[in-house]
Amino acid sequence: MSTEKILMKGNEAIAEAALRAGCRFYAGYPITPQSEILEYMAAHMKEWGGTFIQGENEIASMSMLWGAAAAGARCMSSSSGPGYDLKQEGISYLSSYNLPAVIVDVMRYGTGDGEITEGQDSYWEAVRGGGHGDKRCIVLAPASVDECAKLTYEAFDLAEKYRNVVIILSDGAISQMVEQCTLPEAKEHDINKFDWTLTETKKKEDKKNKVTNLDRTIGKPAFNSMMREKFKTMFETEQRWEEVETEDAELILVAYGISSRVCKTAVREARKKGLKLGLIRPISVWPYPRKAFENIPDHVKGYVTVEMSLSSQMGEDILLACKHQRPLYGYLTAEDVPEPEGLIEYCEKILAGEIEAMEVL
Amino acid sequence: MADIILAGFGGQGVLTAGLILINVAVKQDKNVTWTSSYGAEMRGGTASCSVVISDEEIGSPYPTKLDVLLALNEPSYDKFLPMVREGGTVIVNSSLVKKENYPDNVNVWKIAATDLANEQGAARNTNIYMLGAFVKATGMMEKDFFIEQMNAYFEKKGKINPANAVSIERGYELAEKV
Repeated sequence: MSTEKILMKGNEAIAEAALRAGCRFYAGYPITPQSEILEYMAAHMKEWGGTFIQGENEIASMSMLWGAAAAGARCMSSSSGPGYDLKQEGISYLSSYNLPAVIVDVMRYGTGDGEITEGQDSYWEAVRGGGHGDKRCIVLAPASVDECAKLTYEAFDLAEKYRNVVIILSDGAISQMVEQCTLPEAKEHDINKFDWTLTETKKKEDKKNKVTNLDRTIGKPAFNSMMREKFKTMFETEQRWEEVETEDAELILVAYGISSRVCKTAVREARKKGLKLGLIRPISVWPYPRKAFENIPDHVKGYVTVEMSLSSQMGEDILLACKHQRPLYGYLTAEDVPEPEGLIEYCEKILAGEIEAMEVL
Repeated sequence: MADIILAGFGGQGVLTAGLILINVAVKQDKNVTWTSSYGAEMRGGTASCSVVISDEEIGSPYPTKLDVLLALNEPSYDKFLPMVREGGTVIVNSSLVKKENYPDNVNVWKIAATDLANEQGAARNTNIYMLGAFVKATGMMEKDFFIEQMNAYFEKKGKINPANAVSIERGYELAEKV
């Protein structure tokens, strides 16, 4: 199978790209709007010689990843909303063992049961969460079906590069949308390529690795400095973002995922009316692309965060990134996908001085 | 560039019709997006999908103004007509949409899609008749090319059915501008 352009749903692109990246272990549990990932894995994992398991619940499915990752397999799980909550303990344990794994969170809107439709109000959970303790997960947010494939494929390499959990933060819109996608080249992963994995021992003198909390094996001081160093390296090395028409923008929209798609339309339409909008689209939301907010030019009067959430969740990251040097405004549409017309009108009001900067709570 | 909504009730094949449309459009080297309403609307209400076809990179996949509306039943017509741009195209399934008057700031085309599909003995082809009318009304795609690519789409799914090409031909031929 070579690279080819194909029409797919976002969820299918994630699953297919994972298989092509050498993912040979998937465990999960169905929940809308991520179920197509699980269904795709159920239908196709066998063709690739891997293992698909629908666990008895989220926690069991998640826990199975520890085993697969400890054995050196490329492994993945996926969920949404309340199902993703149940993965937090597992993310914490994977992190304490320094095990690489890829977890997909397809955000649906709301607290508790909430809705089954798109939302972006689980940003904090994905970016700041991951259960108890101090750890950082790399979090990548695709904004197209093509990017679903590209980022998932890359996520496995990143996970192994840092021995870290990588999260693909999708949403109900990107996951259900059909679009063209270029699928990456299929590759095989060698389960025995690392020296730290659990392996079969045939003779007494064979090396026996233990996979456990690293602080127990290498000592707390070594563990602490190693982790701090790892967070810093990931932060400095893995910032990703896209900029659209920022060169002369008066207001810069900041959005990821489905909202960033709407912002692209808004930037294009606003410029037809002479309104100079630009867009910074974070692709990595951890590490947040702070480099995109360095040396802010004088023509930038403020930033507008566009999110499908009740309160601004990403706003904190923008204020940290721009060091409070510009006012921040929030176009927050909760359960509704933002519309370009409304957003443009909001920006016109900001420039007319009719809207006050937002306080991030 | 065209922003399109296809809408009807569940079972009329509106989602499939949208998928056929994007599969043909990509063969014209266009960028496309397809999104559907998958929430509570699927249970008995209006089923719809949005299709964007463009030469440019597609921003929002959810159009707020429509170039083309395909309304397979009357509630869909009522719901989405206000979104159609001045000068846009509305294609109605006149077997089920029976308005006495149509607005004159949009181009309305009629096709008795459900009746024609039943007459052909292909009751599930209401959507295909609508696509035949779409090809005629918009001129966005050449008819023979459309049929060829539609067949290729079904062939990939292992569902080859010669009735489909007949439905496109008939829909194309019988679509009438109001």
